[in-house]
Amino acid sequence: MSADHEQTFDRTPGVEERESTASYLSYSVGLALAVVATGASFIVSQTGLLWGPGIPVGLIVLALAQIGVHLVFFLHLGSGSDSTNNILALAFGVLIVFLVIAGSVWIIANLNSNMMPS
Amino acid sequence: MTITTTDEGSSPLPFGLLREHGDGPASKRIVVAYGFWIFILSDMVMFSALFAAYAVLSGNSAGGPTAPELFNLHNVFIETMCLLLSSYTCGLGVLSAERRQLMPFFVFTAFTFLLGSAFLIIEAREFAGMIEKGAGPARSAFLSSFFTLVGTHGAHVTAGLIALVYLVVQVIVKGLQAAVLRRLLCWSLFWHALDIVWVGVFTLVYLMGASH
Amino acid sequence: MLGRLSWAAIPFNEPLPLITAAAIAVVIAAVLFTVTVKGWWPYLWREWLTSVDHKRIGVMYVVLGLVMLLRGFSDAIMMRTQQAIAIGGAPGYLPPDHYDQIFSAHGTIMIFFVAMPLVIGLMNFAVPLQLGVRDVAFPVLNSVSLWLTATGALLINVSLVIGNFARTGWMGYPPLSELAFSPDVGVDYYLWSLQISGLGTLLTGINFVTTILKMRAPGMTYFRMPVFCWTALAANLLIVAAFPVLTATFVMLLLDRYLGMHFFTNDGGGNQMMYVNLFWAWGHPEVYILILPAFGVFSEVVATFSGKGLFSYRSMVWATLGICILSFMVWLHHFFTMGAGANVNAFFGIMSSIIAVPTGVKVFNWLFTMFRGRIVFRTPMLFAVGFIVTFVIGGLTGVLLAVPPADFVLHNSTFLVAHFHNVIIGGVVFGALAGINYWFPKAFGFTLNERLGHASFWCWLIGFYLAFMPLYALGLMGMTRRLEHIPEPSWQPLLLVAEAGAIVIFCGILCQIAQLYVSIRTRQQHRDLTGDPWNGRTLEWSTASPPPAYNYAVLPRVETVDAFWQMKRAGRRAAEHAHEAIEMPRNSPAGFITAFFAVVMGFSLIWQIWWLAILGFLAAATMVLIAGWSTEREYAISAAEVAQMEGGRLEQRA
Repeated sequence: MSADHEQTFDRTPGVEERESTASYLSYSVGLALAVVATGASFIVSQTGLLWGPGIPVGLIVLALAQIGVHLVFFLHLGSGSDSTNNILALAFGVLIVFLVIAGSVWIIANLNSNMMPS
Repeated sequence: MTITTTDEGSSPLPFGLLREHGDGPASKRIVVAYGFWIFILSDMVMFSALFAAYAVLSGNSAGGPTAPELFNLHNVFIETMCLLLSSYTCGLGVLSAERRQLMPFFVFTAFTFLLGSAFLIIEAREFAGMIEKGAGPARSAFLSSFFTLVGTHGAHVTAGLIALVYLVVQVIVKGLQAAVLRRLLCWSLFWHALDIVWVGVFTLVYLMGASH
Repeated sequence: MLGRLSWAAIPFNEPLPLITAAAIAVVIAAVLFTVTVKGWWPYLWREWLTSVDHKRIGVMYVVLGLVMLLRGFSDAIMMRTQQAIAIGGAPGYLPPDHYDQIFSAHGTIMIFFVAMPLVIGLMNFAVPLQLGVRDVAFPVLNSVSLWLTATGALLINVSLVIGNFARTGWMGYPPLSELAFSPDVGVDYYLWSLQISGLGTLLTGINFVTTILKMRAPGMTYFRMPVFCWTALAANLLIVAAFPVLTATFVMLLLDRYLGMHFFTNDGGGNQMMYVNLFWAWGHPEVYILILPAFGVFSEVVATFSGKGLFSYRSMVWATLGICILSFMVWLHHFFTMGAGANVNAFFGIMSSIIAVPTGVKVFNWLFTMFRGRIVFRTPMLFAVGFIVTFVIGGLTGVLLAVPPADFVLHNSTFLVAHFHNVIIGGVVFGALAGINYWFPKAFGFTLNERLGHASFWCWLIGFYLAFMPLYALGLMGMTRRLEHIPEPSWQPLLLVAEAGAIVIFCGILCQIAQLYVSIRTRQQHRDLTGDPWNGRTLEWSTASPPPAYNYAVLPRVETVDAFWQMKRAGRRAAEHAHEAIEMPRNSPAGFITAFFAVVMGFSLIWQIWWLAILGFLAAATMVLIAGWSTEREYAISAAEVAQMEGGRLEQRA
């Protein structure tokens, strides 16, 4: 079995499609969306546009959206007919990141309130 | 010769999830890119541990300088734009490389390098300024976790820029052969991933930190 | 000029480490002398040190693990002996300072340099063969992983001679591990040794996840893979997910120690509990990284030596994946007593109990596989049956410990020590020994001696129960772990039984050494000529013993699970059509040389010889850049050579 024949229906993040205009468009749209999300984040955090206690939620939503934009428009995740492996790997990674951060925050907050001198 | 039994090989999951073509080992390009993707995910997990440490320790300023006193959001915005634009030019550079268009590739890559360097310079100046003010990483747990999280990201950016120079030299010497193209592809994955981490950093560290 | 290094680092005034160091130096010198005099260096360099062949790398990992088992076991028997005699007022023979280093080194070595290399070695050897492919996805990286692991092992052993090791236990908890309370190099040896080997392990994880998901023989869909490959996939996914957390945690502790930061210090706002939290967020997946491949070995062994296909392949796969995901949701059970509230403890207690369910599914599957099978009690099968009994007991005590109120009584007692040795020895060690006995003929072309294999099994089994069952009782009676002297004389009888157990295990190890020696001497009588000494079911048994470098002249076409079994039933022989040229990866010195500079860099960082550390780093980085430059990494085996090697094999079989 030759090692170099292209698996045309197997995809990996970043591996480009053949159509050129589609990809230039993809990057440009991605950039525009990302700039908007970034600007929105700064505005949300620095002005009174969003109700105060909702600011952290808004920032997180905008950050996740921008990460999504990067994954789809820059890393081309989800394009190609068999990108299941890539998405599964990403889902696994996202799960672990969530468990580590949320788990640690929950656990340490609990421990701090019980154990640290006030 | 086939044995006709129930197809023990078909996946029991619906919608073709986990259905695999089973056509033998994938091509080198696929294998290398996938392996690098797994490496990037592992790097994201490492960052998540640093984020977790920052989340837990950011309130512990030990009587020293706090985030609102130290963070200059104006600079952060410029840094963010530099890195985002460098991701864009990186993508365009890879497109040019795929199409064997050397001149556009060099131009886009040069911009990527310059924008990435601008990011680093702004960050280095920020760190130096903080250290001068007595807000160095040994001052408090908040500062230790800040410098380590943001500094590790900066170290990755630095390594990325060094690697970019190395790869450009490879392109010049060897041309855009398959192996070199694979490496550029991996590098671009890495660069986009760093921008993703930065989204987390400027949101969770700078924007949330400055407003408290 | 030499940082903190001085002559005072060598323990001239401490007879025990000094004599040990001298003995080791003599052995190493003898080995090097023999190799040189016999002119074996070119062969070793060409065929082993620069090899990127997964089969060779697997063998070297196992050799590393077995050699380090001797060191780890020496630590164990020293501790057992101390605890057997230092009762009441008697001081024993080990001062507390040494005892603390010994239990720290014992744990660190056994987990990182015995269990991990054994498990990774077996996966290295068997997975590509079982998948029906020629090598892993990244062969040069595979070599780098091996040699970085060896670097870590070397650094830990150097701590015996130059300086000292950590006294913190194998987990290295701050604040004890911080500079204020551990100002000497011990903790630095621990941290750098594990950071370097941890990088190697992470690269292995990436390598195998990619290999298993992207490189399988034609027709081998996911649900036709051998179960060992599924467990290898789960274990390597866990490596990729967990080891970066350990890396980050150790980075933070290193920053505290080297740059005065305050992650985990008592002052400056540090939080010691965060270290414990992050360490175990790695630490729990780690034990599943160890046990899952062992489960895989047993799935292969039980099926093969029962002459039946594995019962309920599907549920085995789902159980494996379930364990993989759940293992990331239980880590707090390692620190129930640190003070989290009832909600947090309850959540993790429940999750820890739930994770026993898929393991139970596996145990039932093995039992149902054996039911109505034609069981042949070769050595691997003995270990499998011993495992099932022993591991279930260990698992049960684990579920008991998962109940927070029970854990409040038993945490850090010898009950806990007995539990984890129960599952690690009964599970991981037995699995490794079963796997070694099972795949040895494939690797070397002759079988291991059966009688000595049986003897080693019985010694390990009886020795384990004698050594650790008393510890369960002692834990319930209130004895804590890591005691350098025993305050309660009534504990002595049980501790003497435990000491006897350690001696019986030692006999087991002697039996294994004897087994190797005798097997090598009598290898001509026990040649594996067919390549299939056990009437196996999976693809590796279709190759010659040992397989050629390329494994398969033609990648096998797979149609079912247990592909080789199906081929045998269908009367299929290896494809005999015209052979093509095969491209194989070239050997590379990159792994060995990078590791050499990693040793230099690690040692210099430990002793704070900054100029040498920078040089070592630059040299290692240069090696990486050199290795990353080449694009000609393969060589071709011509069709004629392939035909010749295959033809020779057909004659052998006839």
